[in-house]
Amino acid sequence: MSTGADYSSPGLPRRGVLGAIYNSFADLGAWILTAIETLGDMTLFAWRTVVWLFTRLPRRATLVSNMYQIGVLSLPVVALTGTFIGMVLAVQSFTQFRSFGLETQLGGVINKSMLRELGPVLAATMLAGRVGSAMAAELGTMRVTEQIDALSSMGTNPIQYLVVPRFLSCLLLIPALTVMAVFMGVVGGAGYCIFVLDIDIHHYTSNANKFVENWDLFYGVTKSIFFGATIGVVSCYRGFHCEPGAEGVGSAATTAFVQSFVAIIVLDLFLSILLDTIYLMIWSDAPMMLGA
Amino acid sequence: MVSADPIIEIDNLHVRFGPQQVLRDITLSVPRGQTLAIIGESGCGKTVLLKSIIGLIRPQQGHVEFDNQRMDRLREREIAEQRTRFGFVFQNSALFDSMTVAENILFPLKQHRPKERARFQGELLERLAEVGLPTSVLSKRPAELSGGMRKRVGLARALIMQPEVLLYDEPTTGLDPIVSDVINELMMRTRDSYSVTSIIVTHDMKSACKVADRVVMLYPLTRLETDERQTIFDGEPEETELSSDRRVTQFVRGEAGDRLLEMRDRGVVDEA
Repeated sequence: MSTGADYSSPGLPRRGVLGAIYNSFADLGAWILTAIETLGDMTLFAWRTVVWLFTRLPRRATLVSNMYQIGVLSLPVVALTGTFIGMVLAVQSFTQFRSFGLETQLGGVINKSMLRELGPVLAATMLAGRVGSAMAAELGTMRVTEQIDALSSMGTNPIQYLVVPRFLSCLLLIPALTVMAVFMGVVGGAGYCIFVLDIDIHHYTSNANKFVENWDLFYGVTKSIFFGATIGVVSCYRGFHCEPGAEGVGSAATTAFVQSFVAIIVLDLFLSILLDTIYLMIWSDAPMMLGA
Repeated sequence: MVSADPIIEIDNLHVRFGPQQVLRDITLSVPRGQTLAIIGESGCGKTVLLKSIIGLIRPQQGHVEFDNQRMDRLREREIAEQRTRFGFVFQNSALFDSMTVAENILFPLKQHRPKERARFQGELLERLAEVGLPTSVLSKRPAELSGGMRKRVGLARALIMQPEVLLYDEPTTGLDPIVSDVINELMMRTRDSYSVTSIIVTHDMKSACKVADRVVMLYPLTRLETDERQTIFDGEPEETELSSDRRVTQFVRGEAGDRLLEMRDRGVVDEA
């Protein structure tokens, strides 16, 4: 149950054009205040989760069952998504690269895009839908049916018991699933280029090796660790703050996905800037972009 | 046996959710061993009061003292420790639906006494027998049980830590009269065999009169003036019928009274 403040516009709505403008500003203000409050609340929630993570590790059985749900059961869909993204990249880039006679360079383009951007972002988006919504709906149902209150009433901290294993599973397994998606994308892209588009296997692989560095793998996996943590925190937070009723649970699941997705996209930009800056600081004379 | 020494003291408690105030200036002392029924119509804040006692809801003002310790001054870990001295029976049982009945009942023991695994099975069977359930239910999931059975499993789970205080949230709501009486009987038996302090939130007067030593009635704040007290009755169950306050006698007898006039004014009841 929330005892939070109510920021809806004070008093009766004003009439007329000026009144409408006034009301829009008041509503916008209320929305911004609520958003800031939610962000602060979510940060505190994440902090408490991290504190519990270091205070007491979850039991092995709880962790394993969460890892199975989050990791193992997501494997087929993530692998399938990765394969198709790799193949689509091959189809999309082939015509343009062939017009310059650079089709043998496709391996570099596909693999670099998969490792740095498409693999982590699309796998995280897919998992925000599959894992995040399910976690929010499950925890939301537990909130609505007082199961979370029951846990607290028995002296068990619900963050420690419910959130920490889910957070840890997301933190560890979403990067692992991303690696799987990237691997399947690389395989899918290579398969399509070599067997369907008839690109020479030797040139394809040697170009792929030339352009892709270990840093690219580190780049993608680092991003996916942040994405995993974000999905874990946002989804569990939405489940814990679920409104009563079936509508509340549905809305918690939807909001968990939407907010995770927005957070992933925003984080992606800032992480890309940060990681590129770090790269330039370490290897200032190295080329940043493919073919540069 | 009721002793003079209070186990729970609620002082000047105020709870609000956003703009809506639910509890105002509640002051209540519960002696050790007493069975207190908190009655009142839906929405008057009974459940909120019950949840505030074990800190599931934080009050905006006032505090709860349990065994001479202020709950709001305890650290998270200390609150968790104190809560193991309570048993909470939820309105819809709040059993964990991903676990079997046996796992549900043993949950508090597994969490707080993991080293005493040897006595788990014995405790489980004992609690199950106390609430009158067959061992065949142990492997079932809560969804496979009837409402009355779920309630009994909830009671068995609340009893497993041998609590000093039992909090019941609407224990007989939604049950047929026979099962309701079984639950009343179980509450009395538990009181006698464990000598626990019990707080029962209910609007079932039959249950309150049968089980409780003392009745406190709360009234919804939306129907009160700002200077009126929210606790409109505090006494023995038999005294409720004799109260000079019409709001109390109407509730006890189940008479709508002025509410019908209100509904008529709003056009809900057709005068014709």
